Amino acid sequence: MSTETADEITSRPSERATVERMYRYVFFACASVSIAVTLGIVGLLGWNAVEFFTLPEVNPVGFFTGTEFLLSRDQFGVLPLLTGTLLVTIISAMIALPIGTAAAVYLSEYASDRARSVLKPALEILAGIPTVVYGIFALVYVTPFLRTFGFPLNTFNVLSASVMVGIMIIPMVSSLSEDAMSAVPDSLRQAAYGMGATKFEVSTGVVIPAAISGIFSSYILALSRAIGETMIVAVAMGSRSRMFDFANPLQNLWEGNQPMTAAMVQINSADNVSGPGFLSMFAIGMTLFVVTFLMNLASNRIAARYREEYE
Amino acid sequence: MSQERLTNQDETVSSGENSADPTSEPLVDSAIEVPGKNATSTGRTILRAQSFDVYYDDVQALQDVNIEIPEKQVTAMIGPSGCGKSTFLRSINRMNDLIDAARIEGELYFDSKDVYDEDVDPVALRRKIGMVFQHPNPFPKSIFDNVAYGLRVQDMDVDEQQVVEESLKKAALWDEVKDQLDKSALDLSGGQQQRLCIARAIAVDPEVILMDEPASALDPIATSKIEDLIDDLAEDYTVVIVTHNMQQAARISDKTAVFLTGGELVEFDDTEKIFENPEHQRVEDYITGKFG
Ligand SMILES: Nc1ncnc2c1ncn2[C@@H]1O[C@H](COP(=O)(O)OP(=O)(O)OP(=O)(O)O)[C@@H](O)[C@H]1O
Ligand SMILES: [Mg+2]
Repeated sequence: MSTETADEITSRPSERATVERMYRYVFFACASVSIAVTLGIVGLLGWNAVEFFTLPEVNPVGFFTGTEFLLSRDQFGVLPLLTGTLLVTIISAMIALPIGTAAAVYLSEYASDRARSVLKPALEILAGIPTVVYGIFALVYVTPFLRTFGFPLNTFNVLSASVMVGIMIIPMVSSLSEDAMSAVPDSLRQAAYGMGATKFEVSTGVVIPAAISGIFSSYILALSRAIGETMIVAVAMGSRSRMFDFANPLQNLWEGNQPMTAAMVQINSADNVSGPGFLSMFAIGMTLFVVTFLMNLASNRIAARYREEYE
Repeated sequence: MSQERLTNQDETVSSGENSADPTSEPLVDSAIEVPGKNATSTGRTILRAQSFDVYYDDVQALQDVNIEIPEKQVTAMIGPSGCGKSTFLRSINRMNDLIDAARIEGELYFDSKDVYDEDVDPVALRRKIGMVFQHPNPFPKSIFDNVAYGLRVQDMDVDEQQVVEESLKKAALWDEVKDQLDKSALDLSGGQQQRLCIARAIAVDPEVILMDEPASALDPIATSKIEDLIDDLAEDYTVVIVTHNMQQAARISDKTAVFLTGGELVEFDDTEKIFENPEHQRVEDYITGKFG
């Protein structure tokens, strides 16, 4: 090697080093901004929630145990909102998880390349519809439709809104689950077919178990989405919170209700931007954040735990 | 993956004959029941291809293959890469159905039944003709569940415990795993995994076992274990094995088929004859390493 070559690879033009350093700062800044904003939001949420709980007219324990949420009477029980959220989440999950999983199995195992190339984009379009449209759809079409089956639905009701939330999150379940199933190595399918398994047995007995971590995390992400869904429930479920009625479980579906998200929207659109009513929004928001945060945590745990299952 | 043919057939299987009496597969009506698997090898032909061609789209992978594979012997298939050995193997139990582009012509008989006849159910066929792949592919399940898998999908009315033990013994793996049957199969070494795959294949008591380079991913010691095992298997089963290893073919097989580039079966004869005195110059060149 000549000394010249050695010079070429050792000398480092100072401009290049400067530019490199600059890129580094730019990327770092972008990363920091998003983290800072997130932390800021959570911090402010927590700060305001603390402020709410320390107000003289607020009983922190009562917030978590109260069964009535009525701003006009300074009743801040979060339980009716929480059960409202749970109700929507459970019903939408009952719709989205089975249908989404079955759709994923179809796309991954049964569909021809042509069918898949039509269906996948179609599902993505479904995911792109603004949720307010789903809400209006629930109100204008789904409720009258469900009434034809004899369900005694009010104009604003839990059932249609939840069905719509369920439909909204199907694409999320199916597309993430399908990714997980497609990632299952073909050698496992071959092994099963070679043993004389039918396609159904291969799908349910080999592919789904091998992809289970991805499928579970798709479920949890979809559920988080259902929990956080606001527009559909604000439009189609009315604006009256209602404690879950254990004596008449079905009645809860026919009537309207107000989950946490919709309650926050309502509070925020009121005129009064101070006082306990307004601040209660932050306490509800914090509760919502904790719930979805825990679910995301669970999702990461599950994914990590099963990640290399078939490696 | 669309497998129209297989899908249609699948329905037949789950609703039809198999669920009723899975142990006596009516795949081949005229199949001669082999009384006891220990009968001495008769050399009866169990697999027969006649003017058999395979195409992938427009590319021909096998040309006019004619071969008679004897029962309960080891038949080796050798030949340069891309000459169609795997293709032929996959044709026998119709794993080619899983490849959209694959298309066949000609006849391929298992006993006296053409496996490509309309009324043959590939699922039932694969229950009679097991397969071991080049790379060990155990399911991400326990060792026990891996071996029992076939029994379960085939709904076989047997003592699982006992069959699993016997199969693992036949596959020369029992002593190594008997205390850890609940352990994940993925924790085994590559050679153990491959023997597990063999155990899984023999658990359902097939008649033929197809092996596609079963030892190519293994070290010499694991390889020699597999070779010993293949020797034993030939007592009970017909073994068709693809290998790239000439010495291996010479060591373990009774018959050898030499495929050469273009998907042509050039010579098929007793292994000794092939390796000592082949008819074709091309085969001799290939075996002695002058070509291919
Ligand atoms: N799934 C497939 N689609 C299209 N062509 C294929 C497919 N599988 C194999 N082929 C082609 O068919 C021919 C035979 O392939 P095959 O895998 O049977 O060869 P082989 O003898 O097993 O080779 P090797 O020793 O490398 O495993 C090759 O030309 C290959 O490119
Ligand atoms: Mg091959």
